[in-house]
Amino acid sequence: MRTRDLLRYASGSLVGARTRTLLMLLAMSVGVASVVVLTALGEGARRYVVGEFAQLGTHLLIMLPGRSETTGGATPMFGETPRDLTLGDALSLLRHRSIVRVAPLTFGNAPVSRGSREREVTVIGATHDFFPIRHLEIGSGQGLPVIDPERAANVAVLGSGLRKELFGSKQALGQWVRINDRRFRVIGILGYGGESLGQNLDDMVVIPVASAQSLFDTPSLFRVLIQARSEQDIERAQKAARDIIRERHDGEDDVTIITQDALLNTFDGILRALTYTVGGIAGISLAVAGILIMNVMLVAVSQRVAEIGLLKALGAPERQVLSLFLVESILLAGAGAALGVLISLIAIAFLRQLFPVFPIAAPLWAPLAAVGVAIATGLLFGVLPARRAAMLDPVHALTGR
Amino acid sequence: MIDLLAVDRHFDVGDEVVHALSEINLNLPAGDYVSVMGPSGSGKSTLLNVLGLLDRPNAGNYSFNGVETTQQGEEKRAALRRDHIGFVFQAFHLIPRLTAADNIGLPLVLAGVEPHERGVRVEEVLESLDLEERGHHRPDQLSGGQRQRVAIGRAIVMKPDLLLADEPTGNLDQHSGGEVIGLLEQLNHAGITLVVVTHDPMIGKRARRAIRMVDGRIESDTRTDAHA
Repeated sequence: MRTRDLLRYASGSLVGARTRTLLMLLAMSVGVASVVVLTALGEGARRYVVGEFAQLGTHLLIMLPGRSETTGGATPMFGETPRDLTLGDALSLLRHRSIVRVAPLTFGNAPVSRGSREREVTVIGATHDFFPIRHLEIGSGQGLPVIDPERAANVAVLGSGLRKELFGSKQALGQWVRINDRRFRVIGILGYGGESLGQNLDDMVVIPVASAQSLFDTPSLFRVLIQARSEQDIERAQKAARDIIRERHDGEDDVTIITQDALLNTFDGILRALTYTVGGIAGISLAVAGILIMNVMLVAVSQRVAEIGLLKALGAPERQVLSLFLVESILLAGAGAALGVLISLIAIAFLRQLFPVFPIAAPLWAPLAAVGVAIATGLLFGVLPARRAAMLDPVHALTGR
Repeated sequence: MIDLLAVDRHFDVGDEVVHALSEINLNLPAGDYVSVMGPSGSGKSTLLNVLGLLDRPNAGNYSFNGVETTQQGEEKRAALRRDHIGFVFQAFHLIPRLTAADNIGLPLVLAGVEPHERGVRVEEVLESLDLEERGHHRPDQLSGGQRQRVAIGRAIVMKPDLLLADEPTGNLDQHSGGEVIGLLEQLNHAGITLVVVTHDPMIGKRARRAIRMVDGRIESDTRTDAHA
């Protein structure tokens, strides 16, 4: 029997049993669509998180005071507290050629007021380079001035939300605000929508790091953002930063340096695993669809006993009857899978319209794997009914006994 | 062409053994026209199934065109059936979703005949059966007589040597039945070996050779040359 005739005969009998075929297609397509849509959601979550990290800045390293891991050596004889990370430490990092920018940061909470309006907000002490490193956009005015980081200056850059709360619709640039008991002149407003990893920059104020240190009366830094020259330089920059600080801290390795990539990779790994898991769970529905195919095909075999008997009387060997019914299951599974992919694409497009911020997208492997598994299921669960058809005794089949 | 030697076929029904065929010896030369008659359960259909290689005897030998078939494998027997034997059933057994032309062409499809040649051969058969106008109709759009003619078309499209008909007129009225028998006899004239199982003595008498079966045995085997 020719392959084309085989396909035509099998698809003909599928079309002949319309209700049965449609229900089967429905089951299979729901299975495939759920695999694809769920993995697309997982992949969307991954992309979202990765995007958020990328928004933090490129080739970024974050230095924190203190060691986050133990060395496992002998208990130190003298009590050891991690040394503060100072402005001098931060600036010395620029000595190495793999490091292009550093942004020493101090954080604190303080009331910010103008006239009778007052808000308790996070105050960030930073330098001019903080803005380019963090990819922060200046909505109007300017960022922090390029001055010696050790010098205080009474200027401030407001988050756009804070600006609105303090000034309403009035002009804010050039006006004065009060932070604690000091006066700062507003020289810039951050662009709208500065949010990353849950930190809403809308409600913050950025002032020069030296001013913040004096405001909060602390010589230490909360952290230092370091930008490496290039992707290849990240590792070198990390080592250089560690060496420089160790040298300055009398040989103590007392800072923690997180590379953005390491963080990113961790999240990336977790979310990928999550996507696989969700996809796998949805894959169970494919197995269920496979069992349905088996059921439906078994019913089909018993309904078409006379036809099978006839085929045998006309000289179709067992092998041929077997392949006719197998092809039918595979076609059923394949068509259901194709329909499922179509449904999932529509669903994904719809979800995208609904949540434009969330980058939902099915990874390429998802529809391929779903269709592959669907067809394999059709084959696997088609074997039993097809064998039953092939083994039918033609005499009994023809007399309907 | 056909030689049955001491063929035995029995079935186990509960504790009993039912002999559908016992000690059957039968020789059919090519071109013969045989009717098989007998009461229900006399083994007529079983004989036909054995002759058509659908059933395998428990004992004895069956040689078809000089080939001993009882020991042959399933594939070989299927191939013999496909190439040399045509079946006509009482219930027609047409596939309802296929047109008359596709039903007739089904054996060619199963045999892997190339589509163009298939078309030509089906067209020839439709013409010889006076069904040219009905080729695109499905079975439910045809009368009983037309359906049986389509089924005969399907039986002869592979140009078999042997045509086996099991109560071919059982589901037809007198007129259509007569037409169908006429058609089968016409095919026999053209050289095909014809075996008809029937209840109808009128049809039984028309054959040149009438076999009467009782209880799985051939009771009589009479040859009349006065063929109508």
